[in-house]
Amino acid sequence: MAAEGNPLPHDTQLRPPAVAAHTPVANAGVKIHCQGVSAFYGDKQALHDISIDIPDRAVTAFIGPSGCGKSTFLRCINRMNDTIPGARVTGRIEIDGEDVNARSVDPVVLRSRVGMVFQKPNPFPKSIFENVAYGPRIHGLANGKAELEAIVEASLKKAGLWDEVSDRLHQSGSSLSGGQQQRLVIARAIAVQPRVILMDEPCSALDPIATARIEELIDELRRQYCIVIVTHSMAQAARVSQRTAFFHLGQLVEQGSTEDIFTNPREKRTQDYITGRFG
Amino acid sequence: MTDARNLPSRDLSEKRLKQRHAAEARFKLYGQLAIVIALGFLVVLLARVVQQGYTVFWTHSITTSVYLDPARIDRADLEGNNFDYLAAQNLLKRLKVQDDALGLASGEAMDLVSRDLGYRILGAIKDDPKVIGTTLTFTVPVKANADLYYKGEIERSTPETDRKLSNRQLDWLDRLEAEGLVRSHFNSDFFTNSDSTEPEQAGVLGAVVGSALMLLVAAFIAVPVGVLAAVWLEEFAPRGRLSGFIEVNINNLAAVPSIVYGLLGLVLFINWLGFPRSAPLTGGLVLALMSLPTIIIATRAALKAVPPSIREAALGMGASRTQTVFHHVLPQAAPGVMTGIILSLAHALGETAPLLMIGMVAFTPGLPESLASAASVLPVQVFIWENAAEAAFHERTAGAIIVLLVFMILMNATAVILRRRFEKRW
Amino acid sequence: MSFTLAFALLLAFSVGVWWLGRRRASALAGGERLHSLPGYYGTWVALWTGIPAALILLLFLTAGPRLGEALIAADPPAAVASLPSETAQAFWNDAQSLARGEPTTAIQWTPEQRAALEQKAEQARQYNGFSAFAALALAGVLALGGFLLAWPRISPTLRARNQVEGWINIALMACSAIAVLTTIGIVASLLYEAMRFFASVPPLDFLFGLQWQPQIAMREDQVAAKGAFGAVPLFAGTFLVMIVAMCVAAPVGLFCAIYLSEYAGRTTRGVIKPLLEILAGVPTVVYGFFAALTVGPLFRGFFNWIGSWLAEGPLDPLGQYLMAVQNEMALTAGVVMGIMLIPYISSLSDDIINAVPQSLRDGSYAMGATKSETVKRVILPAALPGVMGAMLLAISRAVGETMIVTMAAGSQARITANPLDSVTTVTRQMVELLTGDQEFDSPRTLAAFGLGLTLFGVTLVLNIIALRIVQKYRQAYD
Repeated sequence: MAAEGNPLPHDTQLRPPAVAAHTPVANAGVKIHCQGVSAFYGDKQALHDISIDIPDRAVTAFIGPSGCGKSTFLRCINRMNDTIPGARVTGRIEIDGEDVNARSVDPVVLRSRVGMVFQKPNPFPKSIFENVAYGPRIHGLANGKAELEAIVEASLKKAGLWDEVSDRLHQSGSSLSGGQQQRLVIARAIAVQPRVILMDEPCSALDPIATARIEELIDELRRQYCIVIVTHSMAQAARVSQRTAFFHLGQLVEQGSTEDIFTNPREKRTQDYITGRFG
Repeated sequence: MTDARNLPSRDLSEKRLKQRHAAEARFKLYGQLAIVIALGFLVVLLARVVQQGYTVFWTHSITTSVYLDPARIDRADLEGNNFDYLAAQNLLKRLKVQDDALGLASGEAMDLVSRDLGYRILGAIKDDPKVIGTTLTFTVPVKANADLYYKGEIERSTPETDRKLSNRQLDWLDRLEAEGLVRSHFNSDFFTNSDSTEPEQAGVLGAVVGSALMLLVAAFIAVPVGVLAAVWLEEFAPRGRLSGFIEVNINNLAAVPSIVYGLLGLVLFINWLGFPRSAPLTGGLVLALMSLPTIIIATRAALKAVPPSIREAALGMGASRTQTVFHHVLPQAAPGVMTGIILSLAHALGETAPLLMIGMVAFTPGLPESLASAASVLPVQVFIWENAAEAAFHERTAGAIIVLLVFMILMNATAVILRRRFEKRW
Repeated sequence: MSFTLAFALLLAFSVGVWWLGRRRASALAGGERLHSLPGYYGTWVALWTGIPAALILLLFLTAGPRLGEALIAADPPAAVASLPSETAQAFWNDAQSLARGEPTTAIQWTPEQRAALEQKAEQARQYNGFSAFAALALAGVLALGGFLLAWPRISPTLRARNQVEGWINIALMACSAIAVLTTIGIVASLLYEAMRFFASVPPLDFLFGLQWQPQIAMREDQVAAKGAFGAVPLFAGTFLVMIVAMCVAAPVGLFCAIYLSEYAGRTTRGVIKPLLEILAGVPTVVYGFFAALTVGPLFRGFFNWIGSWLAEGPLDPLGQYLMAVQNEMALTAGVVMGIMLIPYISSLSDDIINAVPQSLRDGSYAMGATKSETVKRVILPAALPGVMGAMLLAISRAVGETMIVTMAAGSQARITANPLDSVTTVTRQMVELLTGDQEFDSPRTLAAFGLGLTLFGVTLVLNIIALRIVQKYRQAYD
């Protein structure tokens, strides 16, 4: 599985994830500013008046019981809810001060800046190379084949997948294992140089070892990107994130640094959830 | 990881975005265009049929008096009398036109009134011979060409040689109309008559009855066999080679060209088993075999949609497999099964090709007497009339199509309503 | 008539037996606990009474007359042996008609033939009488025997329900077997008749011959000339019409499907889909009517107009050609067949495209792809095998479609790639060969079965490939 050129696994170069959670939030400039966001599916209101600031170069985790609206909120950020018939979003979401719901904003451009990784790995039924090259191709980011190859290589390297697939770039993306597929999808997202990466329960379909790899990767990526991750696993939130927001029944109950939320929650509901009274 | 090169930084160019959005708009337009083309064809098709066929629903009748001159009627051989000629002469007299020595004018007058008139006179005399010597008044359809003239489809502006009616005949028709002898009315004959060589007397009743009989035979065989076969395949058959083979078999049968079923019917039913040609019984059998695969497929889909929990609940109560299926699963699947059956029979109703193979093209005036006697059916009637030379049959072709489409739409609508009404979401 | 009566009697007897059996079981129930409900005991006895007898009656009804004819014809009298086969056939038919007291053919038999006829008719009468009596008697014995055998076995321990369900299972299996028997019937009947055709026309001449002139064989004095049954022009014509049809239907149908599944909202879909279903439900004879009376004249008018415009210019030959174009050109039938196939391709492709997982669309949209980019680069490549399968099914339908070509294509066999020429097709020729007056044994009529066998073979191969592709495709995304 590992490429011949590099006998050392990446793990050795990375900080253990447990430490990551306690790293203080560095240069926490606000990347995403949300004010009074509500979302509706038809007549049903899924989100109630959410306001939150999400810092750059850090991992923000959204936690909460299933159906609490955390994924819906995630999908508001890159306007993926546009693709669902009957979905409606009100309120203000700004990325770098720009309102994403403004009329002038092209969702195509928005989504090229906000990458997204889904619950189930969803590589396109194409080769590994074509999967990563998809974004640069449609957005016209590469001049010529050499540049495209460079982008693909760099993205795969960033996603920690290069050593495993460099010798079989032209095999189908679906021939990879689940964890590899998820890293391929992350590489695909990185290839268009997003400013934000949204991850919707990226590890829920993976085994513990693959999950650990992805978590290391997330910790690596946060040096460059603003990352928002939705997770149902509190342990994962504690391991990978610097900030945590707790959602319940479509409301944002509490937000703060991960440490505070897990050790010293202000709200009773947060405490009940974290201690496993419901969920 | 540390050696990962930084990605070349480039923002999306405005120009390229514009091109992409233009391509998107174009692509969507192609899609809309395709829909418009498809629906446009539907509209044009239906419009053409209605445009050519709506005139069939009204027709013109003429009221004419005939003096039954005792000197001209041979009482010994009533059938041998040419009453049409007699009536035509009466008509000329009424129009104050002198007949020529060869009787050409009478001949032309005869071509204006339906031959039905002669039979009506004959019938009147047979009923009561005493009417000879009196003057009787009849109201009968005008001949098809005269009808077309009244409907404006034969025009005076056409050169006389290119027209089915002479100038003289047109004059007469105008005068008859002016005198109020010609009446336009709903063409009930079209619905109460069967096929005829005379366009003005040809109707669809025989074909409708034939179609109904044939559909009845088809349904009587295909519905029970199809549903039970589907029940076996879905609920009882051991999953394995055999059921796999049968499934592949059925799927392929559903895609076999219908004309091949016609050949099967010709060889198996007519040549080997000695069934009658052109009969609703034989046609129904062929259509039954043809509908069987689609009914099986639809029934299986409906059975599949019944959740396993229903079966488990019944089995858990100690019901046998058979009881489970017939008491619980099949009733739950019934709306879906019915929908499939109706759609499949609607398709069978419109099927023509296999029926041509079993000799249904034969000219069959009158109603079928039994399942085994020769009959015509609606789609074949359309085919036969479409081939007919007389222009008057063209409106009848379109008229028969309208009748056929009305039946098909009724059946399809029933299926749609069933589906909407009973559709269950588990 | 006697058989209708026999069936009615049998039914009545079985119902009576059912009632008796149920009563007996109910009476027994007083003592011990019955294994099954009393009704099952009644049904069990009734089945044993009714089914074997009914089967015998049915067997006799279907096979009896054939067997009789074969028996009577086993030793032909001298007067008949010398007759040509068709006349001999008429002789046998007359003998049967005479035996049944039905009107005979108009053939004037010679006195000795007449005598032979009377004799054979008498034989047939005897056979008919005897066999009917035998069948009725046998059915009666079976019904009574079944009842007498089953009746004493009614007891509380009899597993009546299981037995009845066993019968039901057999009946259900028999129904499924009919589907398989249909296939066997198609293959057997086509093969049998086609073999008779190939006895007079070598299969290779048929499959590779370039001349199609079936009318030659009609004349008595003229043996089917070699090459008169060469089917290549028919295959070529069928192919040409199919290509034209697919050129219309494939893009329009596919784009309809793409629009409906990716662009249209729920309400739009709710309106358009039923309308397309109406288009799919229009009988083919209506399409034929539309082709013959609307599309054909329209196209001819159009090309004639262009022709008259080109004529006497530098393109005069082309102009002259266009002015001579007929209603029956391949284009007419092809385009109308294409219209017919649009809803078929659209609904098949719609299903296929909907089977592409939503996660792939999400992945693509999340990358910032537009809808058209997602369709072109992700959905269509993913759906390609399924779409190909759908196209193959449509091709198979185009090849087997009969009414449109019968009403709108030509009857002259010709090998051409020009859609403005008139061509004829396999199905159209089958209709032509088998309608109207015909003698069943002439190569002309039998040729239809050669064509039918070829048609069946080609569509079967197309269908098997297509269905296999579609099935594999579905499994990939399940």
